[in-house]
Amino acid sequence: MDRKTDLSETRSLSVAIIGSGGSGVVTTGKILLESIARFGLYALMTRSSGPQIRGGESAIMLRVADRPVASLDDHFDLLLALDWLNVDRFADELPISTESIILRDSDQGEVPPRFNLSPEQQLAAPLSQLAAESENGRANMVGLGLLAQLMGLPLETVKETAQDILKRKGDAVLASSLLCIEQGYGQAPEKKIVTPLTQPASPTTRWNISGNEASGLGAVQGGIRFVAAYPITPASELLEWLAPNLERLGGGLVQAEDELASVNMIIGASFGGVPSLTATSGPGLSLMMEGLGLAVASETPVVVSNVMRGGPSTGIPTKSEQSDLNLALYGLHGDAPHLVLSALSIRDSVFTTEWAVKLAETLQTVAIVLSDQSQGQARAVIDPPTSPMLEGKRKLAVEHADYRRYALTEDAVSPMAIPGDADCMYTADGLEHNQLGTPSATATDHQLQLDKRRNKLSGFDYGDDWADIGGEGDICLITWGSASGAAREAAERLTRAGYPTRTVAVRLLSPLPIARFSAAIEGTTHQLVVEQNHGAQFYDYLNARKVLPPTAGSLARPGPLPLRPQEIVNHIMKGL
Amino acid sequence: MHGPPPLPPLKAKDYKSDVKPIWCAGCGHFAVLSAITKSLAHLALPREQVALVSGIGCSSRLPAYTHVYGFHGIHGRALPIATGLKVARPDLTVLVTGGDGDGFSIGGNHFMHACRRNLDLTYIVMDNEVYGMTKGQASPTTPPDWTESKLTPHGTGLPSFNPAAIALAAGAGFIARGFSGDPSGLTDLLTEAIQYPGFAFIHVLSPCVTFHPEQKAWKQTVHEQTQTTTADRVVAAQRLQQDDRMATGLIFRSPANARTEHAAPAHPATLEQMAARFLTG
Ligand SMILES: Cc1ncc(C[n+]2csc(CCOP(=O)(O)OP(=O)(O)O)c2C)c(N)n1
Ligand code: SF4
Ligand SMILES: [Mg+2]
Repeated sequence: MDRKTDLSETRSLSVAIIGSGGSGVVTTGKILLESIARFGLYALMTRSSGPQIRGGESAIMLRVADRPVASLDDHFDLLLALDWLNVDRFADELPISTESIILRDSDQGEVPPRFNLSPEQQLAAPLSQLAAESENGRANMVGLGLLAQLMGLPLETVKETAQDILKRKGDAVLASSLLCIEQGYGQAPEKKIVTPLTQPASPTTRWNISGNEASGLGAVQGGIRFVAAYPITPASELLEWLAPNLERLGGGLVQAEDELASVNMIIGASFGGVPSLTATSGPGLSLMMEGLGLAVASETPVVVSNVMRGGPSTGIPTKSEQSDLNLALYGLHGDAPHLVLSALSIRDSVFTTEWAVKLAETLQTVAIVLSDQSQGQARAVIDPPTSPMLEGKRKLAVEHADYRRYALTEDAVSPMAIPGDADCMYTADGLEHNQLGTPSATATDHQLQLDKRRNKLSGFDYGDDWADIGGEGDICLITWGSASGAAREAAERLTRAGYPTRTVAVRLLSPLPIARFSAAIEGTTHQLVVEQNHGAQFYDYLNARKVLPPTAGSLARPGPLPLRPQEIVNHIMKGL
Repeated sequence: MHGPPPLPPLKAKDYKSDVKPIWCAGCGHFAVLSAITKSLAHLALPREQVALVSGIGCSSRLPAYTHVYGFHGIHGRALPIATGLKVARPDLTVLVTGGDGDGFSIGGNHFMHACRRNLDLTYIVMDNEVYGMTKGQASPTTPPDWTESKLTPHGTGLPSFNPAAIALAAGAGFIARGFSGDPSGLTDLLTEAIQYPGFAFIHVLSPCVTFHPEQKAWKQTVHEQTQTTTADRVVAAQRLQQDDRMATGLIFRSPANARTEHAAPAHPATLEQMAARFLTG
């Protein structure tokens, strides 16, 4: 298929900025992203950094379009290199095509041969030299001005944005930055190297948000007021957002001594009546498993936001992978039904986290929400997010005579007493118990309570929010989490090329609504399960649930490189 | 102006549930249960305002035997559960119970951090120098030459650890030692510990008659401490180094107050204001 025709229909522009630590790549990206938002377009900005804690190399990758962007493109149109130090470390993440242009600082040496560019694809601009003309001048700001000019962003918009973002740095820095931006803006090359962006007629309200912030907002909107957690990449920004915001809402965050503590702290707080959450990544989730079993058995609602990274073990902490699915689904000991959800995009992190909180509270159970580094640490310009319809309140004890904490009820959810409620005193227990909560090892009580804990989840009507389904066709891409963005775009490309394709992006992974899933893929003849891990975890899970036809295929590729739309398209085309 | 007649004051037995303890006859933990209920009655605490949190072990079974709110959690994690509960619900009186294995081995990290976090909790460890529930293995407080466990037939060879000294080093503000064979002394210590506005640690010598029958002799060896309570950490540290670990009483009491986690927010905001911060432009 011809990628050019695709571009003409889905106009987007992909820009990367690279540089070593301290070159200001990230700040440049932030200003550019917000400028694009103010101009009225959508964008996605991911970020890659090396293993160094500080001062390593970094890169930002930005894709702009006149519609929401949920995936990176296959190639970059324009790459700005502030320097070439350590570029090899992330060159793999910067696919370029025969049409890509690399723009380099003329003081920084030639484009490395590994990029394999023709001379026409290389441009140099005196970024450092121009920066040196003003006191405190910085090459990244000159580069920003130049990029803005090439992309067709108005100088005023970029300057105003820079002003807002840099004002904390003091007047001197700000003044020189603005000067550098102007100088860069004035450095237009003779030929037009990319088609400039066009401003939409009537820009609507937009948000500029990261996936981790979106998860945090979803959490507090769902009612979370207590968080305990232990820092871990790439979940820490979620905690950094929650700490001050919980305080503003009259709640609080405790930095625990480890994940064994954090999961048990949120169980304690939730027992006290306060909706509670922890955030972590794979290694931390592993440590929490015993605690989550306790929450399931004692029917104490808790939510875990797990921002995945490359595993196993310490793995690739700064890069993305969807490889904690098995852990989230099967990591608990005993028969421990619980909810597993996946956030389908940065924007969806608000909805899905809020829904997870409300489901956990309604069903008095554990909800694990899977997001990942590529989503959590990325920022996007999005339409304002939506909220689930579910009210999502805990069923509280009202009958105080003969209170039974684990009473068998019609919907299998028992009224929960909260400390302070007179006459309802009970002991929550991870030991198997009878309806009163008294420890019991009888076969009958075990069976009844196991049934109850399963039935409250399996009998609940999750409605249409279990998945995002789009498109009609013979081909069906079945996916989850952050892979949904690339899959959706692949489906659009296939459909435009004459191969109508449907996407089923699953938000509620467990319990999987079997009948709805079957209905969603009905009528399609070629199914492909798309996910970013080595073990085809989702594919195996669906097969274990017997919801896939035997001919369904699997596209499972580990991180750290993001899944790209054309990779999925090619996989389908090969099989047709 | 006639309200309902005042309820008769609660007695110790009103804080007990009718669940029958699984403990062996003669187990030290019975007396700890009695002392806790007596001290709750003495303080006239409303039952619904009290929560008892525990881990796993014979000792950790205690919450189910009381008639207050309880959480029988998992092995070693009683303190984190209690921490979350207390931060979320500062209005509650939160007591934590468990054993030496639960608190000093699998839960050792939480023990240190609960001491330094200094929330208003009372932590009661029933130390029998053994894992009772799993039928008699060595714990961190077991003497190094104890050879009764099949797991360590030559003894652990490891020095046993002094919980009070650890608590002191980790910053606990209230450190006492009690003995289940002295229920009234224990009740007094508990009452003072519950009232103490900070993290109070009570190390209770509580014999396991089944796996350490020789602990019945504690009746003879346990004695009241000779010195008075100190508020000086250095003095307390010195005393604990010379300690025979059999002296009961309040060892250390710091005048410093507990931390309160929940101050009124300095900059309150609504959810709408929070969301509005993400608007572009
Ligand atoms: C994670 C985990 N590991 C091991 C056990 C087994 N176990 C149960 S109680 C216990 C030791 C209890 O000893 P202690 O805390 O001293 O209480 P005691 O029974 O002596 O009162 C152990 C090892 C468990 N329940 N959970
Ligand atoms: S085994 Fe020991 S600690 Fe456990 S109940 Fe029996 S006497 Fe008490
Ligand atoms: Mg013990």
